[in-house]
Order: sequence, then C-alpha cells, then structure tokens
Amino acid sequence: MQDVNENAVESAEDEEVSYSKKDFMSDQTIRWCPGCGDYSILSQTQTVMSKLGVPREKFAVISGIGCSSRFPYYMDTFGFHTIHGRAPAFASGAKCVNPDLDVWVITGDGDGLSIGGNHFAHVLRRNVDMVYMLFNNRIYGLTKGQYSPTSEVGKVTKSTPLGSLDHPFNPLKFALGAGASFVARSVDVYAKDLRAALQAAHAHKGTSLVEIYQNCNIFNDLAFDDVVNRKVRDERVLFLTHGEPMTFGSADAPKGIRLNGTRPEVIELGDTYSASDCLVHDETDPVLAQILVEMDYPDFPVPLGVIRRIERTTYDGVFTAQVDHAIEKQGEPTLEALIYGGHTWKVE
Amino acid sequence: MSKPVEQATSATILFAGDSGDGMQLTGNQFTNTSALAGNDLATLPDYPAEIRAPAGTRAGVSGFQLQFSSEDIFTPGDEADVLVAMNPAALVASIHRLKDQGVVIVNTDKFDERDLAKADLEASPLEDNTLDGFRVIEVQLSSLTKGAVDGLGLGAKEVDRCKNFFALGMTYWMFGRDPAFTENWIKGKFKDPYQAANIAALQAGINYADTVELFESSYEVPAAKLEPGTYRNINGNAALAMGMAAASKLAETKLFYGSYPITPASDVLHALAKYKSYGVTTFQAEDEIAAVCSAIGASWAGAIGVTGTSGPGLALKGEALGLAMITELPLIVINVQRGGPSTGLPTKTEQSDLLMSQFGRNGESPMVILAACTPSDCFTTAIEAVRISLEYMVPVLLLTDGYIANGSEPWRLPELDSLLPINNQKITENNNPDGNFLPYQRDPETLARPWAPAGTPGLEHRIGGLEKQEGTGNVSYDPANHEYMCKMRAEKVARIANNLPPLEVFGPDHGTLVLGWGSTFGSIRQAVRVVQSEGLPVAHAHLRHLNPFPSNLEEILKRYDKVIIPEINLGQLVKLIRMEYLVDAVSVPKIQGLPFKVQEIVDAIRQHTTAQA
Repeated sequence: MQDVNENAVESAEDEEVSYSKKDFMSDQTIRWCPGCGDYSILSQTQTVMSKLGVPREKFAVISGIGCSSRFPYYMDTFGFHTIHGRAPAFASGAKCVNPDLDVWVITGDGDGLSIGGNHFAHVLRRNVDMVYMLFNNRIYGLTKGQYSPTSEVGKVTKSTPLGSLDHPFNPLKFALGAGASFVARSVDVYAKDLRAALQAAHAHKGTSLVEIYQNCNIFNDLAFDDVVNRKVRDERVLFLTHGEPMTFGSADAPKGIRLNGTRPEVIELGDTYSASDCLVHDETDPVLAQILVEMDYPDFPVPLGVIRRIERTTYDGVFTAQVDHAIEKQGEPTLEALIYGGHTWKVE
Repeated sequence: MSKPVEQATSATILFAGDSGDGMQLTGNQFTNTSALAGNDLATLPDYPAEIRAPAGTRAGVSGFQLQFSSEDIFTPGDEADVLVAMNPAALVASIHRLKDQGVVIVNTDKFDERDLAKADLEASPLEDNTLDGFRVIEVQLSSLTKGAVDGLGLGAKEVDRCKNFFALGMTYWMFGRDPAFTENWIKGKFKDPYQAANIAALQAGINYADTVELFESSYEVPAAKLEPGTYRNINGNAALAMGMAAASKLAETKLFYGSYPITPASDVLHALAKYKSYGVTTFQAEDEIAAVCSAIGASWAGAIGVTGTSGPGLALKGEALGLAMITELPLIVINVQRGGPSTGLPTKTEQSDLLMSQFGRNGESPMVILAACTPSDCFTTAIEAVRISLEYMVPVLLLTDGYIANGSEPWRLPELDSLLPINNQKITENNNPDGNFLPYQRDPETLARPWAPAGTPGLEHRIGGLEKQEGTGNVSYDPANHEYMCKMRAEKVARIANNLPPLEVFGPDHGTLVLGWGSTFGSIRQAVRVVQSEGLPVAHAHLRHLNPFPSNLEEILKRYDKVIIPEINLGQLVKLIRMEYLVDAVSVPKIQGLPFKVQEIVDAIRQHTTAQA
C-alpha cells in the first residue's frame, strides 16, 4: 500500500517500448543561441533515450541553473529545473524513493563545479544510479560571459578585464578523487561518440559522469577548437577503447602512448615502435585513470570515451535493501505498534 | 525506625553536574520513574553546546530540571525544591535556581583547591555565605560510591562514573520512589561488572539516605488524577518523529526525511532512522541545502518529502523553499528553533525564527507555518503538517524549539480511530483529454494543483523555478500571468484557514487575552490559572496555525481590552498581529535561552490587567 506510485512501479518490461526521437521532443520552443553546442547534445540525448527500451515516463531529467539547465524543458519526459548547483541532491532524493526512475542530471561547469561542487563530490562518492551530463564550455553563459572554474588562467572576461587569476578545475580528476565509478568524456558535435558515451553511461549502474566539451559560440567561441576541430583532431584526441592499445594520429603518421616510468609519453609508431609498445586501455585500472585525466593538449592528445568504469554498490540499491531488510525482519508494523509499542502504562 | 513522610502536591528537582557526570541520564531516570508512579510532570534539560567542556568548569555544567506533581502541571517549575550539585561549578551555576530553604545535596569530595580553581572560586562556597538560607546536605558522594562498588572489578575512573546512580538513589529515597524501573533499565543497558556496580551504587544511595541523620523526612508526591488512558513519557523530538511515521501510514505514502545533523534537531533524524519498517526512509545529506533538495526531489517522485533543521539550517534552505513554493510540491520543513542569530546558543531554546519563517525567502513566497506547543503536541502537529501539505500541495514549516524538543511529559496516547486518513492530490489520468496534461490546473475550491509523480505513465511534464503559466505549467514571462500566479499562490495559502478548526479560548470573553504560540503554552496556561484564581478576568488562546491564522482570530482579539503576547524573542508574533489586525497588542519578550517562568508571566499579566476590566 505504500508504493510511491502504483502505476510507476508496475514495470513495462514485458511490453515492447518503441519510440522515435520525436517522442522525446517537447512542444516548447528551444531558446538557446543559434549555433550553441547544446543543440547537438539535446539531439543526441533524445536519440539515445528513444533507443534504450525504457518506458518514457521513467525518464527523470533534472537540472540546476544555467544555459544547459534549460534542457529538461525541451524533453518530453518528466523534467525538473531546480536551483543553482543542487540538481544531484534532488536527483538523489527522487531516485531513492522511486528506484525505477531513469535519472539524468544535466549541469554545466558553473552549476556543477562552482556553486554545486559539494553535491558533485557527494553524489559521486555515494554512487547514486544516474547519468550525470556535465556540459563544459569553460564560461558562464547565462550571466553573459564571466570566467568559470574550468576557464584557463588569464581568461579575459567582463569580470576579469585583466585576466582571471585562479587555476582551473579538472572535473574528471576531481571525480576520480571522489570515487567515481564511471568517468567518460565526449564532445558536443561528435554525434556518434557522444551517443556511444551516453549509452555506456546509461548502461552503467551508479553515477555515470560524462564530461561534454560544449562550445559557447557567443561568449567563449572555439574554446576547444584547437583540439576537437576535425582538421586537427587526429593528432590531438585519443579515442579510448577498453582492451585496445592507445594509438592516435593520421594514417600517415600514427602515434601512441607508452609509459616511461610513471609518466606517459607520445611515441611515433613505425620503425622503432609499434602498437604493441603502447599502453593498453583498461577501464578498471585506477592508476591508468589518473594518468589519462592528467593528459591534456598540447603535451598530449586529449582522451575521449570511457576513461574509468568499475562495478561498485549503488547508494539507491543499498538504501532500498536496508528498508526491505527492516520490513522483512520486523514485518510491516501497524499504526498501533508505532504509537502503543514500547514503554507505556495505563491510568484507570 | 522509618523516618516520617511528608505529603507534597508537587516538587521540582534540579540535577547539576559536569557534562560527563551523566546528569541527563539521571534526570531521565527520575522522570520515567515518576511517570510510572502516576505523577504529571514536565522536564527541562539544559546542557552546554560543548560535548565535554573542560571538566569542573562553569562552562561545562549540565543540568536537568523536572517538576512532578499530583495535579496537572505545564512547566518544569520556576524554582527547584532540591538541587543535586556534583561539583563547585554546578553549585554556583545553579544555586540561584533553588528556592529559599530548598535542599541542596553537595558532593563534598569535589571541593578541594583544584576543584575550586576550575570553577573560578577563591573560597569554598561551602564555607562562605553562598549557601545561607538553604538546607545543605553534604555528602562524600565519590568516596561513598567507591565504597559501594568496591571489589566489583572496576577501575578508578569507572568507579567514579557510578556516582550519579548513588545521587539518584538518594533522591529516590527522598521522594519514596521505587528503584525497580531504573534497575531494569540498568540491566538492559549494561553488562557486568558495570551492571552490578550501577545497581549497587543506586541501592547504596537509597540506603545511605535512609540511614544517616541528614534527612529529617522523606516526601510523598501522590499520583496525579490523570485522564484514564494509556500513557507514555515522550519528548518533542521523539513525538515529532512518531507523528511523521504515523502520518506516512495515514497517508499510505512513503515518507522521506532528508536532513543534516544540527542541534537540537538531530534527534528527529535519529528517531526516524529507526522507523524503516514503517516505510520511512532517512538520508543524511552532505549539507542543509542538499537535505531540503533531496526531500523536494522525493516529493517530486511521489513520497512525502520532509526535512528538519534548526535556525541556521533554515537560513540555508531559503532558496529551495522558494522552489517548493513555486512548484507547489508537498514538503514539510521542521525547524527546532534555538538561540540565534548565527550560531547563537545551539543548546538553548528560543522562538526567534517566526519572522524568518514568514518572510525569509525572495519574492512573494507565502508559506504555511505551524507550531507545536508541548512535547506531545509535536505528534499532533506533525500529522497536521503532512495533512495540509498533501491536501493543498504546499510546503509547510513546522516550528518547535529546544525546550519542547528535549523536554518531556506524560502523553495520553490517542485513540487510533481518532487519527484520520490523509488525502493527497495524486493523479493517474490526464486531466485534459483534449491535449497535454495540465499540471497547474487547480482544484476550484482549494486551489491545489494535481500531483503527478515522476514515473506516472502519460503524465510527463516539466516543472521548475521559473514562473509558470497557469494550467500548462509552461515557462511564462507574461506580466499579467505573473501577477495572477503570485496572487493564486497567496490565495491558496490563505484559503487553508477556511478548513481550520476555530481557535479556542480558555477563560472569559472579556478583560485581558494572553495570546501565545509554540512552547510558551505551559508557562502561559499555568500563569493564567493563577491570576484567574485571584479573580482577574484573563483568558488564554494559543496558536498552532501561524500562517494562515485561524479565521476567528480577529473576532477573538477584538473582544478584549488588552492583548498581551509573551514570546521567547523580542516580539515577533506581536508584529504579525499588529500588522494583520491593527490590534495594539503588548509584547512580553524574554530572550535568555530559557523558557518563561510562570511568575514572569503572572507579573506581566498583573501589570497589564485591572481587576475591574
């Protein structure tokens, strides 16, 4: 009798659910700036969701504040546009009481790493089952262009006319420190890779962090262009595949990553080295994960794809199990047991 | 050769010692034993914010006061009849609370030069005139305890820890209390050798008081004529937790409690954490903001979201409360008030968050406010908070304070069929057959919107903190819609008054009205009884609903020549009453981290009331 929502609890697993991307598009006009990277992310997310075989009502898309956080309004799912930085806390509460929900948190570098940095750490350490999409554009967009916690040192913005002073945040490094069980990185306009990353994130049980390099063409245009532009990306990004050697570069000039002591180095493949000299990606290796999140352009190619993926107990799983165990042990006590149980006495 | 027994209608004991002396435990044992003996009672635990302030210092004094009576009483007593002082610091910090000719039991083993220095005393209060006018009973508590537990295999420090049971034993003898309850409690709590030692110390205390020539007589406080029924002794935090669990049952809906530890509200979290089999879940969040946000998320997903805190935590939750308000989701926010501002007096009581509760959010953000008035009333108020929240789709602020949260009283348990089912606004079918679900289509009478928890098939919709369009809930920047929605949200809260029980008045319909809210109930009721017995025309009304006010409040206020409002703040309800009703109410403020003494309110009433009124 105490189900949160009787209808929601009845699983639709036995029914075939088949959707098209359109089923996930709401009737609201999208108000991001033309050319914003958010459009591509929205589109890939809608495509991915339509193919997961999950009943549409199970999707709970929860955001904080910022350009990216308008995302739920454009999804024809359950959506909650909450307050600045706190989306993981709302998502944790929702998932704990209704574990059937398919929770997706949408946040940005300001929302998730600055005002919401605390919740970012704690949701990762708890490993509440959800997809956590971090739109990183290295700028505050909605407030019209102040530097963000991921902006490079010296960033000239309206609030830092002489250049920003503080060292930027490496969100993936932070995530590993918080005990993240799934860490991936992708790029807004790499449609196929982004879909693959989101699918992998969804399949993982736990908090699945996907950092998405997202271009803000108004306030921080081409922030990642040096790395992700298709003309240069062969040389500057490293697509990771579990169990495969870390190689990159063009067909004419293939390169790889090998380990020299505890430090990675770029090697040219050919006469001296071959792919067998390269590091082999292992998503479960904690040391390798640390090495990968430290790698950055221009010294190294930027790793994309799933960097870390390990099995770890989910918070919502044990949260529910603890309640089930208590009920199993004590039965479901009555109201009478609640009020009249324990130490009482009678007055005649 | 037993000593004479004197009859008394009521007595007040104050146990005072070091934070580590077990005074709270001792007081609770005396309380439960007195409850079992059939007395009415009220307690006032009073302890420092530090877990273990330096031993023997005045800063580290922990006290527990209780009044027990053969008549119905409402307060823990203005002055103590008996003070048990475990060391010099406890003695000098508490002696002003003892009445003239009151009995003070002093542990003289703790009065050497070092002990006096720790208490910042140059001379021993046993030797100067500090204790003039009191009946002093000097007891070598530490050495007597040592003798009692000798040979049971305890170390020196452990032996000393038994001395509170020796002191408790002495007070049990003084008031003819049966030690059986405490002995059983010790047996359940401790293993040997501690079990044997604590029981030996308790028994030795009883025997010592009976034997030595220190006490001339013992006292008997007969059982009170309490209403027939089943009783338990309960403090406010425990009653609040039980009320929440009961409300979850009555609403047949899971309850989720998201909270961050804070004094004096943490015990609500502790109590609810034990109610998992009742469908109650608890989440210790990373901070106050995450706590309230997790509760709102739980409500959005279909559970009763509850969060609990104290003043500083409520300040942090403000933004999220605005979100709960504009999204019109159920949410209960418990604020166990304490001394403020800022960190203030964490372990002391105060009623100073009323105006923050009423106004402390950005924008037009009216919120339902309830206040519990006694420890057991926290149960009733918890259920009322859940009922209003689910029926009207509104966040509700529930105020208690440190005094009733930690204070306890015998509670006559409610008949189960008096607890009514709680309805909610859950919806499973689209309310708009011609189009999209309308999450903001209101009930024409209550203005409540439907509750379509995430996961409900066919009712996918989006909500958030941006202004909504009436009906669709879509984001709207339309000026007229914003004004309309602000008025709707205010009107929805205001209309709750239509379904509230009328405010009751205790006393005549003319003269002076003493209006109170929250934990001042006991002191006001007792004071009003005193002045009524003197023939003064004085009435008492006490508010559970602070926003909206009961609909007959204005009519009541205007019947009286004078309205006086005692509050543990500098005058907050008085501002609301003046603002709302243009009534020239008089403020009786007190802000010392302590509840009102009955006498203080009696004096205020006399000052403002004329016999012929």
